[in-house]
Amino acid sequence: MHRTGELYGQYKTLDQQKETATLGMWIFLVTEILFFGGLFLTYTVNRHQFPTAFGVGGNMLDLNLGFANTIVLIASSFTMAMSVWSAQTSKKQFVTIFLILTLILGGVFLGVKVVEYKQKFDHHLIPGHSFDITYCSNNPSACGLSGKDLQDELKEIREGIEAEGGVTGLNAHAQLYFSLYFGMTGLHALHMIVGAGLLLWLILQARKGRFDANYNTPVENIGLYWHFVDIVWIFLFPLLYLINRHLA
Amino acid sequence: MSENSNHHVVSPWIYFTILCALLIGTVVTVLAAKIDLGRMNIVLALLIATIKMTLVILFFMHGKYSPKRTQLVIMAGFFWLAIMLGLTLTDYTTRHLDQPSRGATSPAVSIHRA
Repeated sequence: MHRTGELYGQYKTLDQQKETATLGMWIFLVTEILFFGGLFLTYTVNRHQFPTAFGVGGNMLDLNLGFANTIVLIASSFTMAMSVWSAQTSKKQFVTIFLILTLILGGVFLGVKVVEYKQKFDHHLIPGHSFDITYCSNNPSACGLSGKDLQDELKEIREGIEAEGGVTGLNAHAQLYFSLYFGMTGLHALHMIVGAGLLLWLILQARKGRFDANYNTPVENIGLYWHFVDIVWIFLFPLLYLINRHLA
Repeated sequence: MSENSNHHVVSPWIYFTILCALLIGTVVTVLAAKIDLGRMNIVLALLIATIKMTLVILFFMHGKYSPKRTQLVIMAGFFWLAIMLGLTLTDYTTRHLDQPSRGATSPAVSIHRA
């Protein structure tokens, strides 16, 4: 690990050194844009082909949890930005405080994701042998469905079966939706876990008082990564959770 | 140019304003999704998400205050993304145009479908 604020031989100034590091981080993020872009493209093509099944799948998600998580992640981007500000203005103890807040919010996000995944498991929505999109409409009590929610669910499944020409077709294409749901949110969560590890390292460094107005490149660049992960979620949330909400 | 840009410190008030804008955007996107706008639902959802993304890049990620070289790299990333999405979708969104000729025995059509 190099020392704080040390100027390397190939650079003229510390500013140039920092600018180079940040440019490198952006180039990495561009490859990440294209990496996630491939998944968004796969999603778009399949949704275009099976709009009904994707709508049925999307309405199986818990909108309240997804909404809460979006708020949590946006708040974590704010605290991350504030820790960069604290470093730039040499408020050393605030750097640590805001980094810890960011890590906590990231942890809350992942915790909620675990609850959601568990719920999908219980509702037979994991792609594979036991996948059954009609499970909740057939076992309403197991999914906590009653009254109007149940009526909406039954109506939607019935329309889905009609549009897809049978339960088999609906199940096949709803599985496609859930494969993409788990693939995309799983990859996003993996990025969050990596980000949490990076934050942990930053917190340890910040506690030693490493970051100030002269040297804060790691805070800035890990911040860029964290904001990127936030942007991915900004698109995942409407695309996965809000497809056909006006029907419910 | 670049010397000054790295010293630019964004005020916490700007960060706070962006936070509020992002939270409002999230509420608006959920409310808009509950209204039946037909095909415009997805257009509106993507529009709001794009505005939120732009705010994050410009302010949280300091895109607005970055050197022009860095801004060029950011733009290039989205340019390549647009090529990937745009050109692929010109294919997938026009495939149904083949459909009416499916019953016909024209060899040209069968080549297209392969």
